[in-house]
Amino acid sequence: MLRAYSVLVYLFLYGPIALIVLFSFNSGLSAADFQGFSLKWYAKVAGNSLMLDALRTSFTVAFSSAALATIMGTMAALALQRVKGPVRVIFDGLTYIAIMVPGIVIGIATLIALVTTFEAANTILAQIWPGDAPPQLHMGYGSIIAAHTLFSMALVIVIVRARMAGMDRSLIEASMDLYADPWATFRQVTLPQLAPAIMAGFLLCFTFSFDDFVIAFFVAGPLNTLPIYVFSSIRRGVTPEINAIGTAIMMFSLVMLFSAQVLLRRASAPRKA
Amino acid sequence: MSAGADAIAAPATAQRKQSGRLLTALLLAPSALWFFVLLILPLAVVLIYSVGVRAPAGGYQAAFTFDNYLNLPARWTAFKNTLTLAPLGTLICLLAGYPLAYFLAVKSSARWRVLLLILVIVPFWTSFLIRTYAWIFILGGRGIPALLDSIGIPDVRLINTPFAVMCGIVYAYLPLMVFPIYVSLEKLDKRLLEASEDLGAGPFATFRQITLPLSAPGIITGCMLVFILLMGEYLIPQMLGGGKVFFIGNALVDLFLQSLNWPYGSAVAMALVAIMLVTVSLYLRATAATGGRRDASLI
Repeated sequence: MLRAYSVLVYLFLYGPIALIVLFSFNSGLSAADFQGFSLKWYAKVAGNSLMLDALRTSFTVAFSSAALATIMGTMAALALQRVKGPVRVIFDGLTYIAIMVPGIVIGIATLIALVTTFEAANTILAQIWPGDAPPQLHMGYGSIIAAHTLFSMALVIVIVRARMAGMDRSLIEASMDLYADPWATFRQVTLPQLAPAIMAGFLLCFTFSFDDFVIAFFVAGPLNTLPIYVFSSIRRGVTPEINAIGTAIMMFSLVMLFSAQVLLRRASAPRKA
Repeated sequence: MSAGADAIAAPATAQRKQSGRLLTALLLAPSALWFFVLLILPLAVVLIYSVGVRAPAGGYQAAFTFDNYLNLPARWTAFKNTLTLAPLGTLICLLAGYPLAYFLAVKSSARWRVLLLILVIVPFWTSFLIRTYAWIFILGGRGIPALLDSIGIPDVRLINTPFAVMCGIVYAYLPLMVFPIYVSLEKLDKRLLEASEDLGAGPFATFRQITLPLSAPGIITGCMLVFILLMGEYLIPQMLGGGKVFFIGNALVDLFLQSLNWPYGSAVAMALVAIMLVTVSLYLRATAATGGRRDASLI
């Protein structure tokens, strides 16, 4: 009975996804009436310039925020290993707050903080700028990337620190004993051991940013990311084109997730000497 | 080592210590900056705005008043919906997820276990938006209602109801519940179950006295994760509740983007964060009480 129930749960989990994939190949116009196999919706998606712009924006944002978050998060994790006391407590607290506060609150808080700051900065710039057209600060790539980097960085700190906790300290000590300077030890011992966790962190950050709607919705300004584009298309009505976009997005996240899993598995597997 | 060597080594160590401290500070600087500018500062702004008043044209005007907080009951429906549907959704996830976690950890064959577990987690990492959209597709006019109509049950409305929102919630958050429960059940010593059986306890008594208490840390962690995320939910009620079933998140979007009442919206956001902080501290106390440690890792 337990087995039958579990099968039902898997059907529940995968049925809706399967339905989206199936109907993305529907040759009919209607979203919910399967008429035959066709790739025409994919062709239509490939020619949709609004969608392609959104896709490009999402890629830029996801890549930049993941790269920034991975670098800063790894740096913080390396440093936190060496500090104790209040600094560590504060960083731990901030990391958990960044992960725990709902995206919607982060989005709104960032929006009003940036709008207020930009307004003040633009007023000052207008006064001190020698030319006629002072530069204006506004929402856009910078604000989305910065906001996504916050959450992603916290994620990287958690992942890399978990990996450090399971790391073999004796190798570092051996390297020191053999008179390698700290930088050589880091480059030749610490970094290779951390690399899979860092890569996995990058991929997870990329996936998060690529998928995020709520934070981007507030801080994107005039830009459309892919989730924002999909959200507004759904509002206009359900079409087979959305099924095709959805299928493509899911396939892409699966590839990213799978790569992250492989890397993390390699990271947690015992290393052979 | 001679005394002379010691004397040379001491200042060198001090110097190394100092440069080590500098390095640590440099490594922490970018993340500290980010935390300050994009977390502490925005939350502080929300806190300050929450005691201000709405400017005539919308936005914020400086003031010091608690009126926004006193006015929170004006959005009572959003709070009521969130505080009933979030716990209810958590409970349904628990009831639906526990048997699956139990099956995976105790009954499934070791050969398939990892694959089955991965299959539970995978949907959680694929597009949230698309997974929620799937339910518009299923529950919308041309989905299940059309099927029911064709077999002679006309005029069934499923989309934009609390039922639709609940479907979306359970669908989205079930994996998050199964995983921590699985982890705690997997650590459970199976010999305890055999011993209990040998001592004549029925399956129900064994479950109630052994399995359930020992999986309590997983249950608490799973419930906490799901509840926390549900409290801040916006997309599911927006897409499947169609403005009829709305959460605090939906009220926030309305207040900030439609009615431009930033101070009142800030107070609502602060109330949401406060409810979550209380929940988390209760959780920490509960895990301390059950002696469980945090083992919620989804990756």
